[in-house]
Amino acid sequence: MFVLAEMKDVIRITPEHFHQSLSESITTLLNRKLANKVVLNVGLCIALFDITDIGHSYIFPGDGSSHTEVKFRYIVFRPIVEEILIGKIKNCSREGVHVTLGFFDDILIPVNALQHPSRFDETDQAWVWEYPKEDGEKHDLFMDSGESIRFRVTSEAFEEIFPTGPPGTECTTQTIAPYRLVGGINEPGLGLLTWWEAPEQDDGDENEDQENDE
Amino acid sequence: METIKPNAAFLCNNEVMLVLQKLKDNTQKKHKREGSLATVTYETVHYLQDTVCKNQSAQSIQKFLDAMKQFKLTKTEKLMMVNTPPRTELEIQLIVQESEERLSEDDVRNIITLVNEIFPPTDST
Repeated sequence: MFVLAEMKDVIRITPEHFHQSLSESITTLLNRKLANKVVLNVGLCIALFDITDIGHSYIFPGDGSSHTEVKFRYIVFRPIVEEILIGKIKNCSREGVHVTLGFFDDILIPVNALQHPSRFDETDQAWVWEYPKEDGEKHDLFMDSGESIRFRVTSEAFEEIFPTGPPGTECTTQTIAPYRLVGGINEPGLGLLTWWEAPEQDDGDENEDQENDE
Repeated sequence: METIKPNAAFLCNNEVMLVLQKLKDNTQKKHKREGSLATVTYETVHYLQDTVCKNQSAQSIQKFLDAMKQFKLTKTEKLMMVNTPPRTELEIQLIVQESEERLSEDDVRNIITLVNEIFPPTDST
């Protein structure tokens, strides 16, 4: 789920930071610029991994700051499509199930990728998997928020976000997520971890315990 | 700013956690904490602490990868196995594409045994 991204940037260090070592200033500035931000088609940046190359520093006329070209590697959250992840249910809505990883929230499991057959329970505001029992009855499996859920990443989408206005002004506030993941749980083994943990209770046909001798 | 390679290398959860924990210790000692960096490291470490990776070590992961060489798995499949060690046949089916054709029943049983041996299960998860 995490990858290293190789990037290049010119870092401007203002004179009041000249007392610090160059690599220390670069680390601080790169983390300030990138940490917890989404880079288009790269992913959600977490933290600086290492600096691979520091070029010459230049001072331009009229600006006392030094400008240094650096190549560095950054830890980026970018799950592979088809990867299996474990998250927690944030909430359920008519659109589907919203999942959070704690540091990343924009994960949706749409209705058509839930276990089949599922229904939305209006009173509990939760999706319910109507697990068919052998005698024709249904066993309701609720997907309550806060539960751990295993899902497959089925697609990802990046959205270009325009800069927001200065704080305090009435600018059109944007609520689009810059990086969204779409997941699916419509395969045996996916869904709440508790669904598949105790095979003797569910008695599902795909559920085979490792101790079972086939 | 320019991206040279969007994914130069894969990192497993354990490696990320080690880097972030080191960073957390360093920043607490030296500087005043940077807002967004502190947020994202805190949240990520918080997430990673609930996963199996906190009980893993570089040695155990290396040992596991060496043991997995015989099964002809792809790099991403092995990465997923390290991040979420499969303990049932069902989990292996999810991780490995077309596992029925590529792995025999003995292979699957061997993988589960190896997982339980190298990454022993904890009661908390």
